[in-house]
Amino acid sequence: MSEVAPIIQLDGVSKRFGKSLDFAARTARSISEALGKPQRNDIVRAVDNVSLSIKQGEVLGLVGESGCGKSTIGRMVAGIMPTSDGTVRYRGENVAELPPTEARAAKLAVQMIFQDPFASLNPRLRVQDIIGEAPLYHSLVSRSDWSAYVDEQLRRVGLDPGYKRRYPHQFSGGQRQRLGIARALAVKPEFLVCDEAVAALDVSIQAQVLNLFMDLREQLDLTYLFISHDLGVVEHLSDRVAIMYLGRIVEQADTDEIFGRPNHPYTQALLSEVPRIEARKKTFAAIAGEIPSPMNPPQGCHFHPRCPHAMPRCAQVVPTLREIAPGHISACHLNDKS
Amino acid sequence: MSTVLEVRNLQTHFFTRAGVVKAVDGVSFTVETGKVLGLVGESGSGKSVTGFSILGLVDPPGRIAGGSILYRGQDLAKLSEEEMRDLRGNRIAMIFQDPMMTLNPVLRIDTQMIETVLAHDKVSKAEARSRARDALGLVGIPSPEERLNAYPHQFSGGMRQRVAIAIALLHRPDVIVADEPTTALDVTIQAQILFEMQKLCASQGTALVWITHDLSVIAGLADDIAVMYAGRIVETGSVAEVLDRPLHPYTHGLIGSVPSRNARGHRLRQIPGMTPSLLNLAPGCAFRTRCARATDACMAEPDITTPSPGRAIRCFHPQLELVA
Repeated sequence: MSEVAPIIQLDGVSKRFGKSLDFAARTARSISEALGKPQRNDIVRAVDNVSLSIKQGEVLGLVGESGCGKSTIGRMVAGIMPTSDGTVRYRGENVAELPPTEARAAKLAVQMIFQDPFASLNPRLRVQDIIGEAPLYHSLVSRSDWSAYVDEQLRRVGLDPGYKRRYPHQFSGGQRQRLGIARALAVKPEFLVCDEAVAALDVSIQAQVLNLFMDLREQLDLTYLFISHDLGVVEHLSDRVAIMYLGRIVEQADTDEIFGRPNHPYTQALLSEVPRIEARKKTFAAIAGEIPSPMNPPQGCHFHPRCPHAMPRCAQVVPTLREIAPGHISACHLNDKS
Repeated sequence: MSTVLEVRNLQTHFFTRAGVVKAVDGVSFTVETGKVLGLVGESGSGKSVTGFSILGLVDPPGRIAGGSILYRGQDLAKLSEEEMRDLRGNRIAMIFQDPMMTLNPVLRIDTQMIETVLAHDKVSKAEARSRARDALGLVGIPSPEERLNAYPHQFSGGMRQRVAIAIALLHRPDVIVADEPTTALDVTIQAQILFEMQKLCASQGTALVWITHDLSVIAGLADDIAVMYAGRIVETGSVAEVLDRPLHPYTHGLIGSVPSRNARGHRLRQIPGMTPSLLNLAPGCAFRTRCARATDACMAEPDITTPSPGRAIRCFHPQLELVA
């Protein structure tokens, strides 16, 4: 470990979602408990004991399919969702235990950009209020400088400041995503959580927004947690990649390493099935089965029912993340043999 | 190989209060038995409306304003609603992006599938049910007999899309129009669906029109490709030709903006600007405002030219050098 604390560090973070029982359900439960019947727990383990650290200036790509918990991690990092277990550290400090003023500063420093540029902007606010409300509230700008400040934010993301009195519906999808970025940047964050930030955009617009992300990273020395299911985008943008499956990180390594030498069978399957523009009349060979429900995940290694290399042991023991090469960790029992 | 579907100079316009939106404006292509045509374009390029037009599913204020859609020599654009209903779902089927558009949420799968079978074939209910079961098996749904009794909400997204595909296959259609059927699905599930579709086209000789914005899917799946921009096809050709040697600047830009075509961590080659509104589109090449090669000549509408056999483009200044 380097002597400088990573900007964001997750230690054994878990997130469980359960439903609260109403009176009838509680009664039914206590009766069946009294009768000695086994209890069913409807708990979704969205994120299960995840540890991650992100260094200053780095782009960490977090990849996984729907329901794997990648967005939940993003939300916990951004501080808009509490953790069930484990700690989120910002520059070495446990965010949950910071005194209020510092906690607020830490929260401001981590901002989030959402997938859907239509749902994440208030349709009844003008652009200047969407972008300018937070910096004014947090006294990052005085009221007299406010207008110029909003202009600057818009210009930085490539929008004409003349549009600031418009409403979100007057913008296209790509422009709205730029508004979302401008809103996040207006509070001068150091860290951006981008949750599928380009997934809803057309190819040519996606390229423009990705370029904007890369430019901003350089100009403002930003650090990104880039959450996506699109391996092509992640490969392009990230320095390091973590692959998730059903609430757990199964593999993590530098981008070149993970795309060059994928270790975990899930990563290998994922990489081989990504449609590539270079492919011609490819025969698609599908991995069997579906992603299991996180409500009732398989025992042992979560991937074993779909894994071509599964052994009896995989159904019983959860594999731990082990370093298989410098900076390359993977959770698979196959690595124990060699 | 025989041509099963030929679209000639199709024009589908929407007559709105604000003006005429030429969503599809002079689109022509042919599809052959057992082949896959990839119809590629961004939102608003008219690719979905083209698909809807083939199935006769364009609702007012839109209508087919010109051109013809020849299915085995028969012009679909001139058929009455009743004649069209005979063909739709029978000889020509469609798969939608959202399978819940196809499936009725309050009916069991067997009810919906049997209804589809009986709509076109006079068979017994038991026979229809067994055909439904076979179709589910064909698209890779495990234990199809039990799953027939399930409701749509009991299926996952990928499984629902398989059911929608199974319904499209019930009458072994000659043509399937698939409108972004895997866009909402995860990578591993998408691969499974592509795998099934590929198998089906090869084994049953179904012609497939695959509408998508994702060039990477087309690269692996299709034989031919047609690139749409602002209601027109700007480039057609075989997949290998178009993707390796794109001639139209738009195709060129589109391929260039795919991240894997760029050096990692460097800026992507992007197309400036955004797609124009189709309402009162100015005459001339619609791409000229975003095009690096545009000149005064582009103020006029470019005609279709065929630089080599099997290729066609609409451009005054085709890109003849190779893509880096």
